[in-house]
Amino acid sequence: MSNSGHKPDGGSAPQNAPPLNKPKFWNDPKKRSLLFQVLLLAALGFVFYTIIQNTLTNLEQRGMTTGFDFLSREAGFGIAMSLIDYTEASSYGMTFLVGLLNTILIAVMGIFAATILGFILGVARLSDNWLIAKFSALYIEVFRNIPLLLQIFFWYYAVLRTLPTPRQSLEFFGSFLNNRGLIMPAPVPEDGFGLVTIGFFAAIVASWLIARWSRKRQELTGQQFPVILTSIGLIIGVPLLLFLFSGLPLGLDHPELKGFNFKGGITVIPELIALWLALSIYTASFIAETVRAGILAVSHGQTEAATALGMSKAKTLRLIVVPQAMRVVIPPLTSQYLNLTKNSSLATAIGYPDLVNVFAGTTLNQTGQAIEVIAMTMAVYLTLSLLTSFFMNWYNARIQLTER
Amino acid sequence: MKYEIQPTLPPPSSMIGVVGWLRKNLFDGPYNSVATIVVGYFLISFLVPTIQWIFIDSDWIGTSRDACTSGGACWVFIANRLDQFLYGFYPEAEHWRPQLAFIILIGSIIWLVLPQTPKKGLVATLLLVVYPIIAYFLLYGDLFGLPQVETHLWGGLTLTLVLAVVGIVASLPLGIVLALGRQSDMPIVKSVCVTFIEIWRGVPLITVLFMASVMLPLFFPEGMSFDKLLRALIGITLFQSAYMAEVIRGGLQAIPKGQYEAADALGLGYWQKMILIIMPQALKLMIPGIVNTFIALFKDTSLVLIIGLFDVLAIGQAANQDPDWIGYSTESYLFIALLFWVFCFSMSRYSQHLEKKLHTGHGNR
Repeated sequence: MSNSGHKPDGGSAPQNAPPLNKPKFWNDPKKRSLLFQVLLLAALGFVFYTIIQNTLTNLEQRGMTTGFDFLSREAGFGIAMSLIDYTEASSYGMTFLVGLLNTILIAVMGIFAATILGFILGVARLSDNWLIAKFSALYIEVFRNIPLLLQIFFWYYAVLRTLPTPRQSLEFFGSFLNNRGLIMPAPVPEDGFGLVTIGFFAAIVASWLIARWSRKRQELTGQQFPVILTSIGLIIGVPLLLFLFSGLPLGLDHPELKGFNFKGGITVIPELIALWLALSIYTASFIAETVRAGILAVSHGQTEAATALGMSKAKTLRLIVVPQAMRVVIPPLTSQYLNLTKNSSLATAIGYPDLVNVFAGTTLNQTGQAIEVIAMTMAVYLTLSLLTSFFMNWYNARIQLTER
Repeated sequence: MKYEIQPTLPPPSSMIGVVGWLRKNLFDGPYNSVATIVVGYFLISFLVPTIQWIFIDSDWIGTSRDACTSGGACWVFIANRLDQFLYGFYPEAEHWRPQLAFIILIGSIIWLVLPQTPKKGLVATLLLVVYPIIAYFLLYGDLFGLPQVETHLWGGLTLTLVLAVVGIVASLPLGIVLALGRQSDMPIVKSVCVTFIEIWRGVPLITVLFMASVMLPLFFPEGMSFDKLLRALIGITLFQSAYMAEVIRGGLQAIPKGQYEAADALGLGYWQKMILIIMPQALKLMIPGIVNTFIALFKDTSLVLIIGLFDVLAIGQAANQDPDWIGYSTESYLFIALLFWVFCFSMSRYSQHLEKKLHTGHGNR
């Protein structure tokens, strides 16, 4: 009874049986899916063809040129803040670069602050201390339910713009805070400062070597070595000692009030401060929830086991709970980093010269090359997104739970 | 010797009641005590003046800034501009139209949220299919003798709600189609959907809005002009549907394979399988994710001010620049923040409630 009727060598299928009804064309899943895909391709092709035709006609009628030649033309407008040399005589290509660097700067600053704040709040929300837990919950519920743009406006227009004028600046530690921003003394390296820099990097290498050595030793003998304390001591201590012994080779360029504004020093523009505050405070509330979910995902037995072994609360958190929570936390944390980077484009609303503001704003308006400019801007964010998720996926795979 | 069981003694008085609660929750050991005192000090020194500023020292009644004399918040400013905050530049005689649209919306939502009401399915279908049409003709007019109100006059909370509701209603079906496409066996369908989703998710909403406002007109034949609001809506919907698709894909992946196999074994076709077996389960699983996307969309509607639409935040920005009311921007930001916060917070609470209610207890999530 094991005949299936389909075995070619079975011989049990009668030769003269009536042929199986050949399924109708539209009932054969393979042919149907083929047809469907061909139709989809045709529809997409038609849509793109129409769009391109329309665009070309429209561009021609408005007398607009296409192509990337505009990138080498002179831009002729100033930018409030740039990390590289930029003047009004620079090209549109340079405006792209300036905007890109400013975007990266705010993204890195934001990610750094939001991560620290978010982790503190996430752990705090699970604290035994009622007041701290409730405070953290309140923070999270307030800030993540208010639009980011509103928060940026609040910091910029309601807080920083109402600071006193340069003449009545708030002064602290040689820095000045006023409605033009934060003006700090700029460090000016003198002869011998290179030695301090070398010492700093040497200390980092030494810490890394010590960490490796101590991990090996712990695996072999079980003895622990205070790696973190030693590393901090080395990284701060070595450059500091070199700095002191080589005769303080660092001058400070103090800002001075000249006329209506400050001369010298470093100026952090208020747009950057407002954007940084808003992005970090807003994203931190999401990171905190991610961290909390991660900590809750670690089985309570782990904490109990650690307590039974006599580990202190802080040590349990640092050595047992957080490393395991990280596995759950990393993927959503990656999304938060990406969101922060993309949200930094809201800079354009208050005039921080990021990519969208400088390039998709001023450059687009001056050149009118909408398609090229928008495409380049989108490509930058797409690349940043893909790079970040690539890096985080790699990190995620590295720390993934390996079951034996 | 006679042994007698003694009654259990009550816990010491320092472990129960207010004192016990304080000891357990606030002063449990030296670290906690210090933390409580430090956090408590900061909270009090921040909250007391804030509450004083918002409620006690504030002015509520008046017609101009002269009424704001007590040094606290000047709510007179908000009260005088409330109409603009709610309706933008919508003609005053026609305010009943957005009001009616809003009342129908709130009414049907309450109907859906309350547990006892019957015919939820019908109401939900009406809300998703018929309501947008009614609301459009109510707001836009030009039919049934209603005077036409151009979309550039729409503004304030009305515009914010229009953007959010249309975005939500339109992006959900598109998201479902994209998610199904991404799970499909057909390689071309799959790669088209993956490309669409990844591109929209990888770029900021602002660039999508810029694209909608400067590039979309180039894509259409000469003379075919699109309303600015419609262009923004297209951009928001495309952007949001990519996020929705990923949320729904998560739900589809969480359905055990046995469900698909059982549906196949019953001889159900693809659409029967999806509509009757898979989608209801996936959508239920994904309620928190879908509501989160709604909340994100609701907050993101504020970005349309960058392309020159007057949503509630843009109205606030404009009000702050009014020379008669300069210096009261904190009040208007607080008011708008409260509006957004109420909507978003209630959405998130309702989703948590639904999640609990619909959790039928199988599986160990």
